[in-house]
Amino acid sequence: MNETKALKTSQTAEVWRRLKRNRAAILGGVIVLLFVLIAILAPYISPYPPNEGDLMKRLKPPSKEHLLGTDPLGRDLLSRVIYGARISLQIQVVAVSIAMVIGTVLGMVGGYFGGKFDHLIMRLMDILLAFPGIFLAISIIAVLGSGLTNLMLAAGIYSIPQFARIVRGSVISLKEKEFIEAARAVGENDFNILFRYLLPNSMAPIIVQTTLRMATVLLTASGLSFLGLGVQPPTAEWGAMLSNARAYLITAPHVATVPGLAIMLVVMGFNLFGDGLRDSLDPRLKD
Amino acid sequence: MGTLLSVKNLRTQFYSAGRTVKALDGVSFDIEEGSAFGLVGETGCGKSVTALSILRLIPYPPGKIVEGEIRFSGRNLLDLSEEEMRSVRGKEISMIFQEPMTSLNPVFRIGDQIIEVITLHQKLDRSQAFEKTIEMLERVHIPEARRVAKQFPHQLSGGMRQRVMIAMELSCHPHLLIADEPTTALDVTIQAQILRLIKEMRREFHTSILLITHDLGVIAELCDWVAVMYAGSIVEQASVEEIFENPRHPYTQGLWGAIPLMDREKDTLAVIPGTVPDLSQPPEGCKFNPRCAYRFDPCDRAIPPLFQPSPEHLVSCYLYGGGKNHE
Repeated sequence: MNETKALKTSQTAEVWRRLKRNRAAILGGVIVLLFVLIAILAPYISPYPPNEGDLMKRLKPPSKEHLLGTDPLGRDLLSRVIYGARISLQIQVVAVSIAMVIGTVLGMVGGYFGGKFDHLIMRLMDILLAFPGIFLAISIIAVLGSGLTNLMLAAGIYSIPQFARIVRGSVISLKEKEFIEAARAVGENDFNILFRYLLPNSMAPIIVQTTLRMATVLLTASGLSFLGLGVQPPTAEWGAMLSNARAYLITAPHVATVPGLAIMLVVMGFNLFGDGLRDSLDPRLKD
Repeated sequence: MGTLLSVKNLRTQFYSAGRTVKALDGVSFDIEEGSAFGLVGETGCGKSVTALSILRLIPYPPGKIVEGEIRFSGRNLLDLSEEEMRSVRGKEISMIFQEPMTSLNPVFRIGDQIIEVITLHQKLDRSQAFEKTIEMLERVHIPEARRVAKQFPHQLSGGMRQRVMIAMELSCHPHLLIADEPTTALDVTIQAQILRLIKEMRREFHTSILLITHDLGVIAELCDWVAVMYAGSIVEQASVEEIFENPRHPYTQGLWGAIPLMDREKDTLAVIPGTVPDLSQPPEGCKFNPRCAYRFDPCDRAIPPLFQPSPEHLVSCYLYGGGKNHE
């Protein structure tokens, strides 16, 4: 009786295989990886301190000394971009973590218990979603004040409803499945069913949402900093750098192009990777 | 040998869109210690609802046990708190489901899932639970148990998964094992293996069995006592020999007559005319009466009580008492 021979390879191997075949996803993945590495290694790879400027060398175009040129205050743009990656990653990780934890818990509780809990939670989410995009983040900043911490909070809160909705959807469809009934038949309590049965089986959409949200948060945070509502000078953040570059668009375009390109590339990277993840985790795409 | 489980007058209903579906309308039966009790009937007659009601797994909403008593080990299960019930499930009464494909948690290894059940109900530490897991897997004849314990459900075939389920459900040595169509989703050859396994486990663990199925062959293979259900009520109960040799209720006779036999010459299958009633508006009196060829005066007035035409045989039909005798 040879039924023990594995009928398929493990699921992780399958997902990885599908992911590898998706060129766009690989590209996205490489960009994300580079971004994270640069952010982590910033103090070691940055040629100059990001906030020290030599006013004699302002607005210089790219040269051997300053690979990407200098900004209006004489600070090295390459260093500022590198440290900007660090700040951005920090904001993304904190904001998305907040949203993921709170959103997942709300989604699980609402989806599993249903009834009044669910209605209450969903109405709350609707309120958050009723604000057009960035305005929600702006309103939160308006209440809390600007600054790095509040920026992370605002971006986090702004992302909660998406997580809550997908997790809730996943829990609602999973809780009718037979392995949940079997779990109850064996004496499992609700807490275990939520965290050992429902949550682990909902990880795929959560992972995809996390990756895609990193892109949105980056855009939101940059946007807010661009408007002056996020990080405060002299912090090297890409959106803030863009804002400073506005006055010099004609005379020294590189000051705007550099952070602008950085934002674009990283957002694209996360989006491509997230899409690729979603395609390879989606069981309907059986080959 | 005493009575292990005694179900009395169980009524379970489901509420939806203004209608009340009477899924179980006064079901009563006893399961003796060490016996195998079969519950047979067509789809929708209430067999699975009976099993779920015993374990109090009927979701509310939309379902509810509205009346009855389920005596087990000297207690009425319907009186227990949810927490007390949870310690009964998996430990004193276990249940295996129809679809082994989907009864296991896809993201945990087989071994971990069985360990989970063991540690839920017994005070064993993890390594003891692991040894017990391997022992159970070997007892259900899973080869290379230690390797299989590390695998995920999707890596095993249906037959293997059902064996794992049986191992898991028996790991805490329950007094009663409820098997809800355990072989319906499996190939015929695997069916035979699983049935043999259940019989063997029954002997080894002294577990009583409540077997739910629509397959009469499975009943004949495994059971000592059989109850036939129709539209939420038990219409006939007898020992397995009696019920096969002497089916008395017209419905049972119809069921038996519908089995195609290899040595018969017929082209068309015998069929019971009519359809199963809508349980939110059941017919008056005996629920089978609109389809019954032997219907007569008392049949549509009140549900017939249980008559005993011979020892080891109970029938809910006026043909056997309380009216004209058709014998």
